[in-house]
Amino acid sequence: MPLIKHGKLVEDIWHETDDFTDVQALAPLGPVIVPLDVWRQHRDEILAIGCALGLRLAPGQTPDLVATDLHRFGVIALEFAKFTDGRAYSQARLLRERHGYKGEIRAVGEVLRDQLTFMLRCGFDSFSLATPQQARTILEAVDDFAHWYQPAPDGRATIPTLRRRTLDNADRPASDCAAAWAY
Amino acid sequence: MYRYDEFDHAFVAERVAQFRDQIERRISGELSEDEFKPLRLMNGLYLQLHAYMLRVAIPYGTLSSTQMRKLAHIARTYDRGYGHFTTRQNIQYNWPKLAEVPDILDELAEVEMHAIQTSGNCIRNTTADPLAGVAADEIEDPRAYAEIIRQWSTLHPEFSFLPRKFKIAVTGAPNDRAVTRGHDIGLRMHRNIKGEPGFEVMVGGGQGRTPILAKTIRGFLPVDHLLSYLEAILRVYNQLGRRDNIYKARLKIMAEDLGAEALAKLVEAEWEQIRHYTLDLPLEERQRIAAYFAPPAYDDLSADHPALDEAIAADESFAAWVESNVYDHKKPGYAIATISLKPHGGIPGDASAEQMDAVAGLAEQFGFGEIRISHKQNLILPDVRRADLYRLWQALGGLGLDTANAGRVSDIIACPGLDYCNLANARSIPIAQRISERFTNIKREREIGEVSLNISGCINACAHHHVANIGILGVDKKGTEYYQVTLGGAANEDAAIGTIIGPAFDEWQIADAIETIVDVYQQLRNSDENFIDTYQRLGPQPFKEKLYASDQARKAG
Ligand code: SF4
Repeated sequence: MPLIKHGKLVEDIWHETDDFTDVQALAPLGPVIVPLDVWRQHRDEILAIGCALGLRLAPGQTPDLVATDLHRFGVIALEFAKFTDGRAYSQARLLRERHGYKGEIRAVGEVLRDQLTFMLRCGFDSFSLATPQQARTILEAVDDFAHWYQPAPDGRATIPTLRRRTLDNADRPASDCAAAWAY
Repeated sequence: MYRYDEFDHAFVAERVAQFRDQIERRISGELSEDEFKPLRLMNGLYLQLHAYMLRVAIPYGTLSSTQMRKLAHIARTYDRGYGHFTTRQNIQYNWPKLAEVPDILDELAEVEMHAIQTSGNCIRNTTADPLAGVAADEIEDPRAYAEIIRQWSTLHPEFSFLPRKFKIAVTGAPNDRAVTRGHDIGLRMHRNIKGEPGFEVMVGGGQGRTPILAKTIRGFLPVDHLLSYLEAILRVYNQLGRRDNIYKARLKIMAEDLGAEALAKLVEAEWEQIRHYTLDLPLEERQRIAAYFAPPAYDDLSADHPALDEAIAADESFAAWVESNVYDHKKPGYAIATISLKPHGGIPGDASAEQMDAVAGLAEQFGFGEIRISHKQNLILPDVRRADLYRLWQALGGLGLDTANAGRVSDIIACPGLDYCNLANARSIPIAQRISERFTNIKREREIGEVSLNISGCINACAHHHVANIGILGVDKKGTEYYQVTLGGAANEDAAIGTIIGPAFDEWQIADAIETIVDVYQQLRNSDENFIDTYQRLGPQPFKEKLYASDQARKAG
């Protein structure tokens, strides 16, 4: 499947499989993404294989469940079972903001252009797409908005912060509240 | 009033451009209807029985005369010359063409308006007390907070694909005129013992097939924590709200399943994690926004107006109008005037382009160019000099807008029903018209006094029939429209949900049934009682007996 990462079409180095009957068989696959349930069942065996690991969370599986292991995963794939199911946005923010996760957060499942900006804002940085055609058009959506109102893991200056700057530059000394509406 | 700055302007313009592109992709077939649907819904565009319907937000129910003229212009240019004001401070256009919707949105953006999040499973247009800023009982003007919530909730990155729609209402006064307990989140302002303002946070209210009143999960939230607390509620809901069944997806169901206490615990735990670093609302920012809602330049006027008293004494129709449609203003010598959009026999909430233009003019002539929209689907002029009331009333008479029925039995809230809505079981509008025609006698309406009557065309309860003193619900019985009646609901600070009185009535019986109910009340009321007081004192029995007397007679015979 075409993969967009950090704004570019790239080769996907990660493997996914549905067959976890024999954990040892994962080894030759190379970097592999394992679902949370498999991870929780076979954690030590999987670690023993020694290959690079990614994690897949289904909607509703909070990252809190694997908080202490998150650093082991190079990628965390969050599923959009349907594009209208917005649970993964919370998962992504929790990964970035609460757990300080710095690795790749990948959107998988029904990933559509009109959701892209929300995903980017919440901390997703890669997108697994259904068709190459989609890969060509999806990035057009990135520039739909110059600024946003809310603080989010994308770290962009928000409108309230920008207002504050404008006001501070204009007619008064920078106040303690300069970062106001820290938002 | 709030005015857009460069950032708000840019944002709304970008939103229109984005939606224009989405519509183009829909028209070209690049987007399927399934993919387009949630996108158009997030911009207030519904597909109804006969056409698209565009719902435009009137944030916290405040409009300038300029904005009202634009709404009139849109009604005239892109619709059939009228618009429909809704119970949640929106206006709906019933006949826009898909390809023209972006142009309508461009026109709205010119006057700092939009249709963002007026539908869809996202945080909807935040509503507020329509008397904000002018009511005598107010602690603080809630509109500054509603505006802050509007900005925070606009295309929220995390909460734009919720399990279900999500509605927030704010009031700054102890008397609740914003149905706060009927919302997913209701915010009611209080002061703590130090005199600082804060909000009582109520969650899990809603109408629909399972009407539930919101429960208080926090008695007092200091205002500076408003956004982080909202974010905590939304995050809990986004993660745990049900997505498997549309009827069980609202926060109210989650609140019922978990219990208010358990839900409060989850929210408080989440809030503990985020309250210190994300979303603060420092005093300075609150004051900056509040400054937009500073009171206009009122004159110091005498509270006494002998000429007004004389006019009231001399003209019974005017007296009736003042009695029902005029409220006290916090400033002596001023009054708040309701312009009823419920002419007897008319369509509740509809206003023609000519009426909108005229009201815009009256708001300038008799006020500071500001108009309010109430959840009762009426318009309000918030700053009329008492000395001008008679002239205002005369001017309204020439426009067919002088009906003296605010808060009366013919001030009916009705949803669009089967005439427009593809979810409807039954028609609402003709029933409202038929009932209101029974009460054209102003004298009789005055005697009946305060009572609320709401009609929903299906169990989605868009007209809030559950919280009406008299609620009417359209149901479908083997292809025939029937109307079920509930009594005893209330939408104010003593909010209550009505109970079904008995078997449903058909479309020809329903107006009679309502008259019977009103008659029973008039016969049994104590001198000063309102309908709801009498009902609470006597319960449903006397109403039941009278309503179904002939049934019993039949059975007995
Ligand atoms: S109550 Fe039902 S019929 Fe009326 S507008 Fe809502 S969905 Fe439509």
